[in-house]
Amino acid sequence: MNTNILQVKDPILSIENLSVAYDKNVAVKDVSVGIKKNNVTAIMGPSGCGKSTLLRALNRLHELYENIHTTGTVTLNGEDIFKMSPIKLRRKTGMVFQRPNPFPTMSIYDNVIAGYKLNGISQKKQERDEIVERSLRDVALWDEVKDSLTKKGTFLSGGQQQRLCIARALAFNPEIILLDEPTSALDPVATSKIEDLLITLKETYTIIMVTHNMSQAARISDYSLFMYLGELVEYGKTKNMFTNPQDRRTEEYLTGKFG
Amino acid sequence: MKVVSEIDNINSRIRKDRVFLGLVVLFSVITVSPIILIISKLIEKGYKQLSFGFLIEKTPDTMQAMAAIANNELIPGGIVNGILGTVLMVVLASVFAIPVGIITGVYLYENQEKWMANLTRSISDILQGVPSIVLGLISYLWVVKHVTNGFSAMAGSFALGIMMLPMIVRSTEETLKMIPQTLKEAGLALGIPYWRVLFGILIPTGFSGLMTGILLAVSRVIGETAPLMLTALGSSVINTNIAKPTSAIPLLIWEFYNDPNMVDMIWSSSLLLMIIVLAFNLTAKQVAANRK
Amino acid sequence: MNSDKITKIVLFSVSFIILIIAGGMVFSLVGGAIPSFKTFGLGFITSSQWDPTDGRENYGALPFIAGTLITSFAALIISFPLSFATSLFLGEYYRNTRVAKILGTMVDLLAGIPSIVYGLWGFYILRPFLIGLGFENQGFGVFTASIVLAIMIIPYATSLSNEIISMVPNDLKEAAYSLGSTRYEVIRYVTVPAARSGIFAGYILAFGRALGETMAVTMLIGNANRIPDSLFSTGNTMASVIANQFGEADGLKLSSLIAIGLLLFVITGIVNGIGKMIIKKMN
Repeated sequence: MNTNILQVKDPILSIENLSVAYDKNVAVKDVSVGIKKNNVTAIMGPSGCGKSTLLRALNRLHELYENIHTTGTVTLNGEDIFKMSPIKLRRKTGMVFQRPNPFPTMSIYDNVIAGYKLNGISQKKQERDEIVERSLRDVALWDEVKDSLTKKGTFLSGGQQQRLCIARALAFNPEIILLDEPTSALDPVATSKIEDLLITLKETYTIIMVTHNMSQAARISDYSLFMYLGELVEYGKTKNMFTNPQDRRTEEYLTGKFG
Repeated sequence: MKVVSEIDNINSRIRKDRVFLGLVVLFSVITVSPIILIISKLIEKGYKQLSFGFLIEKTPDTMQAMAAIANNELIPGGIVNGILGTVLMVVLASVFAIPVGIITGVYLYENQEKWMANLTRSISDILQGVPSIVLGLISYLWVVKHVTNGFSAMAGSFALGIMMLPMIVRSTEETLKMIPQTLKEAGLALGIPYWRVLFGILIPTGFSGLMTGILLAVSRVIGETAPLMLTALGSSVINTNIAKPTSAIPLLIWEFYNDPNMVDMIWSSSLLLMIIVLAFNLTAKQVAANRK
Repeated sequence: MNSDKITKIVLFSVSFIILIIAGGMVFSLVGGAIPSFKTFGLGFITSSQWDPTDGRENYGALPFIAGTLITSFAALIISFPLSFATSLFLGEYYRNTRVAKILGTMVDLLAGIPSIVYGLWGFYILRPFLIGLGFENQGFGVFTASIVLAIMIIPYATSLSNEIISMVPNDLKEAAYSLGSTRYEVIRYVTVPAARSGIFAGYILAFGRALGETMAVTMLIGNANRIPDSLFSTGNTMASVIANQFGEADGLKLSSLIAIGLLLFVITGIVNGIGKMIIKKMN
C-alpha cells in the first residue's frame, strides 16, 4: 500500500481501482481514494494529468461518449454508483463546469429549477419559488438577481453566471458537488466570491474540486489529491501536503518545477 | 421527496427516452428510403433498354415505337439528341457562369463588408432562391424573343447559367474565406501583383473547393426540365446550332411521359440521367472529402 | 494605370453582371405583367376565373396562389417529422459516426434527384399505391403532390437544422445530463431550444423551395384550375400553370403567366428573405 495516500475512515465517497481510458489511451490509472464528508477536496496536477477525467467519472459523464471506458468501483454512501441509474446518481452529485454554462434559452428562475423541470418533477409554484430563493441565497446571488428572475441567465456577468450554475446544481440538494476548475474563466474578484462561497457550502455539502491553481487549493481545500500522468501520487491534508510533500513529484509541482 | 413514485418516474422516463430514439431511427430510415426506392425502380425498369445503341442513336418516332411494342420488342433508337443537347447547353451555361461566378466570388471575398459587396451578396442569395421556372420565363423574354428569335439552345443555356451563377459565387467566396489570410499576404509581400496572387496562389489553393461548387452546380442543372420547356423546347434531331431548338435528356423524358407509346423509354432515360447526376454529385463530395 | 487597379476594376465590373441580371429580371417581369394587371387590376389576384376563350378572356391567379401555398404548406408539415428526426440522427444521436455519414450522403442525394424523376416516381409508383388505398381523382391531387414535394424539400430542411443542432455546445448538454436528465430530456429542453431559430430558418428555406417546384407537382396535382377544397382534391400551382400553359400563350394570356411568375418571384423572395434574416440574426 502506498503510504503517501491517506486512508480515510467512513468516507462518503469511496473510489477503488478506478481507471478511465479514451480509446486505448489510459487517462486515469487505477486510482483508489476515499473522500471525507463535509470537506473541500481539491484535485491538483499539471494539465493532462487526468484530474478532470477523474472528476467526470464520478458523475458518469463519460458514458455519454462511446470511446471512453471506465473500470473500477465507486461507492457513494456504500452504494455502487455504477449499479444505480445514472439519473439518480447525477441528482446526488451536482456538477459545475469550467466555463459558466447557464441554459441560454431559460430565464434565471428556470435555470435554477432546471433540474426539476428536466427530470419531469412537477411542484406547486410556492415550492418552486422556495427552492429558487433558497438556492440563490446559498450562492449569495439572491439579492443581485431577485428583481430580474425572468431575464435570461446569459445576461449576467461571468461570475454571476457561475454562481447561477452552482445554484442550479444545489437546487436538487445533492450530497456532493463536483466542480471542474470553476474559476478558470473568471476574474480575481469573481473568483474570490466563489471561493468564499465554497467554504460556506461545505457545511452542508461535500465538495470535490479540480483546480490547476495551487494557491486556490491551499486557500480553500481541506484535503488535496495530487495526480500525475493519470496516477494518484499523493493524497492527504492540504496543510500537510503543502508544508511537507511526501513524493518528489508533488514537491516539484508545488515548487513550480513543472506545471 | 417521494421516493417510491420516483423509481416509477425514472423507469417511465427511460422508456420514453428509448421510444424517442426508436422513432428518430425509424423516421430517419423512412426519410432516406425514397432514394433507394427510386433508384431501384429506375434500374429494374430501365436497364434493359440501356445499351450502347441507346447512347448513339436518335429518338424513334411514335410509329416505330408502336411497331416495336406490337412485336413485343424493345423500342429501337436512343436519346443521343438529348445527350448532346444536354452537353451543349451545360457547357454553354458553364462558359458563362463559371468565370462570372468565380470573379464575383473573388470580388465579394475582397470587399467583405463594403455596401456594394453586401448588396451583391444579397442579390446573389435572392437569385439562388428564384424558382427555375421563373428563370426560364426570363430567358424566354430576353433570349428567345430578342436574341435568337425563337426557341434555342442559347436560351436554354442562359436559363441554366443564371441558375448556376449564384451557387458558384457562394462556393467561391466560402472557399476563399477558408484560405489563411497569411498566404495572400506572403504573396503580396514578395511584390507579386494582386492578379497574380489571385490566379497563382489563391485560386490554386482553393481549387478543390471551387471544383466542388462547380460540380454541384452542374449536377443541379443537368436535371432541370421546366426552364428548358420555355426556352430550348426540344428537337428530334441532333442540333449543333445554338440558335436552334435543341433537345435535352430531361426534355426527352417529358416527351416520352406525354406519349403513351414511349413509356418504356422513360425509365432508361431517367436511369441514365440519374447516373450522370449522381456521378457529378458523388465526385463533388469526393473532391470535398479529399480536401479535408 | 497599374495592374492592381485594373484587377479591381475587372472584379467590380464583372460582379456587376449579377446585379444587372437581377435588376433586369424584375424590370422584365413587371413590364411583361403590366398588360394583365392593367386589364384585371387587383382582380388578378382575387379572382379565380381562368378563361382563355377569345373575346371574353379573363384571368385570375387565386387558384394557383392558393394551390401553391396549400401544397407547399402540406409538404412542410409532412416533411417535418422526417427531417426533424433525421437532423437529430445526424447532428445528435450518431454525430460523426460512419452510419451518419452514409445517411447524410443519402439525404444529400435526395436533393440531387431531378424534379422530373420525382414526378415519374410519384406518377407510376406512389399514385397507384394511393389509388389502392381508395383515393379519388385517379390518385392525382394536392395530397399526392405534397408527399412528393415533402420528400424533395427534406434535404433543405435537414441540412441546416442538422448543422445547428450539432453546434449546440457540449458543455451545455453535459450540464443537463449532470442534473439527471435522459437524452430525450436533454434534447427536448436544452438542445432543441438552443437550436430552434436555426431549425426554424431551415424550414422556412425549405418552404421557399417547395413554392417554386415545378415538374413533380405538375405531374401529380391534376392541373385543375380551381381552388382546392380539400387535401385530396385536384388543383394547380403557380409554377405548374406556367409550365403547362406557356406553350400556347401569347397576348393577354402570356402577360398573365408572366404576372404569375412575378408573384411567384415576389413570394419566394419574401420567404427566402425571412429565412436568411433569421440566420443572420443568429450569428
